Amino acid sequence: MAEETILLTEVKNGVGIITLNRPDKLNSFTDELTFRLQDALKEMEKSKDVKAIVITGAGRGFCAGQDLQSRSISHEEGVRPSLGDSIRRRYNPIITKIRRMEKPIIAAVNGVAAGAGASLAFACDYRIVAEGVSFIQSFTKVGLVPDSGATFLLPRLIGATRAFDLMLSADKLEAKEALELGAINKIVAADALMKEAIELAEKLAKGPTKAFALTKRAVNRSMFSDLEELLEYEAQLQEIAGRSDDFAEGVKAFVEKRTPAYTGK
Amino acid sequence: MMTLTYKNILTSTEDQIGIVTLNRPTVLNALSHDLMDELVKALEEFDRDDNIRVIILTGSERAFAAGADIKEMSDETTISIMNKDRFATWDRVRCIKKPIIAAVSGFALGGGCELVMTCDMIVASETAQFGQPEINIGVIPGAGGTQRLTRVVGKHKAMEIILTGRSITAHEAHAMGLVNRVVPVELYLDEAKALAKEIAKKSPVAVKLAKEAILKAFDGSLIEGLEFERKNFYMLFSSEDQKEGMRAFLEKRQATFTGR
Repeated sequence: MAEETILLTEVKNGVGIITLNRPDKLNSFTDELTFRLQDALKEMEKSKDVKAIVITGAGRGFCAGQDLQSRSISHEEGVRPSLGDSIRRRYNPIITKIRRMEKPIIAAVNGVAAGAGASLAFACDYRIVAEGVSFIQSFTKVGLVPDSGATFLLPRLIGATRAFDLMLSADKLEAKEALELGAINKIVAADALMKEAIELAEKLAKGPTKAFALTKRAVNRSMFSDLEELLEYEAQLQEIAGRSDDFAEGVKAFVEKRTPAYTGK
Repeated sequence: MMTLTYKNILTSTEDQIGIVTLNRPTVLNALSHDLMDELVKALEEFDRDDNIRVIILTGSERAFAAGADIKEMSDETTISIMNKDRFATWDRVRCIKKPIIAAVSGFALGGGCELVMTCDMIVASETAQFGQPEINIGVIPGAGGTQRLTRVVGKHKAMEIILTGRSITAHEAHAMGLVNRVVPVELYLDEAKALAKEIAKKSPVAVKLAKEAILKAFDGSLIEGLEFERKNFYMLFSSEDQKEGMRAFLEKRQATFTGR
């Protein structure tokens, strides 16, 4: 797929729509896609025509997180990548921008949201979710720690007990349970998802947007004032995890489609 | 009051507060020689004006001042820049006797950060950014940055800020003691005015001598500073404001200060 089309944007009726568009790869993040998403968010923050934002994915998935086969994190000839730097440059600016931008942002979660893709949805202000969709903390499956704000956002959404369990098990958090735990706003039929999300966004766009902006600022101060500090801490921990034998084995096993043999090193 | 017309700044007054606004919006208030000349003239004018008790120095929401005007400097040699003696203007900012509050939003970088630190108190918007990025263009702070920042935040933090050239947020600056108050961007100027108004109610002669004495803590050795402070303390006992102030305290009423 051509690089230009991996992210689509549209502005209509005061609403900016961002669509991750690598459907054949469940919209997983390459370097390019993370930078494109950063740029799109920046533009929509500046644009006076955009008063609310919807983020969604094309095809079956919302976003499967890091593309494990992309260049930036693959192990070429035993050289281990610096995951800390990758997170600082690529993911943390996205999460920070979503939280600090004083416009309401709706995640229209059309399909699986895994790893950094789940963090992307958790960072938004609203989560409208299609029936049958799940969130997966897939990081530990390949020997990594949850990043992109996952360790900050998920415990605040559902409590530390269930969050920790999900992070270590890498089990699916189904939409139904997510709704019961208060982590998402609504479950809707798949074919009604975009209509619902855009209706909500258009309603917000017609509201007292200055009051909405100040409200987001206050909630950020109340709940998210240490976000940047934790994002940096996650980057440090991921740097450590990225140097581990377990991560090398995890990625190798993933590519070879076999069960990894972990050693704890 | 004589009113000068300026090109690079705006001046206004509100109650007993004189407000100077840096106004070169197209270049994020870069501190050109002309701007500094005008700034010093405006500050000195307010300093002489008996109706003014406190001065506020501010910029725009986007930038207090993003630095010196590099265009003016890039071709200087050691001899030429020394002979021009541009920092003589900055020395005159230091000599203003009335308290100056910097109301800072957006960028306060390089010379902008140094100008902020030349002020006596700093009210910042949440969006303010402070830094000394000179190292990134192969020079060092030249208008007091290495001295004032170090005295305020300590050696180790100052080293990091100046040697990396990285900027810090308003909240970080607050945690380091560089900034007095941090408020939402919509309110920073109001907050600075509220602080100015509170100080404007005090005896202007005591305020001036207090400022002079506090600056001594920075200017010289501790012993020199302590002696200076004591001298100014004794001197206030020849003022009517001291008599009135102490009497009012003992009589449990508000003091009325006259500045005599």
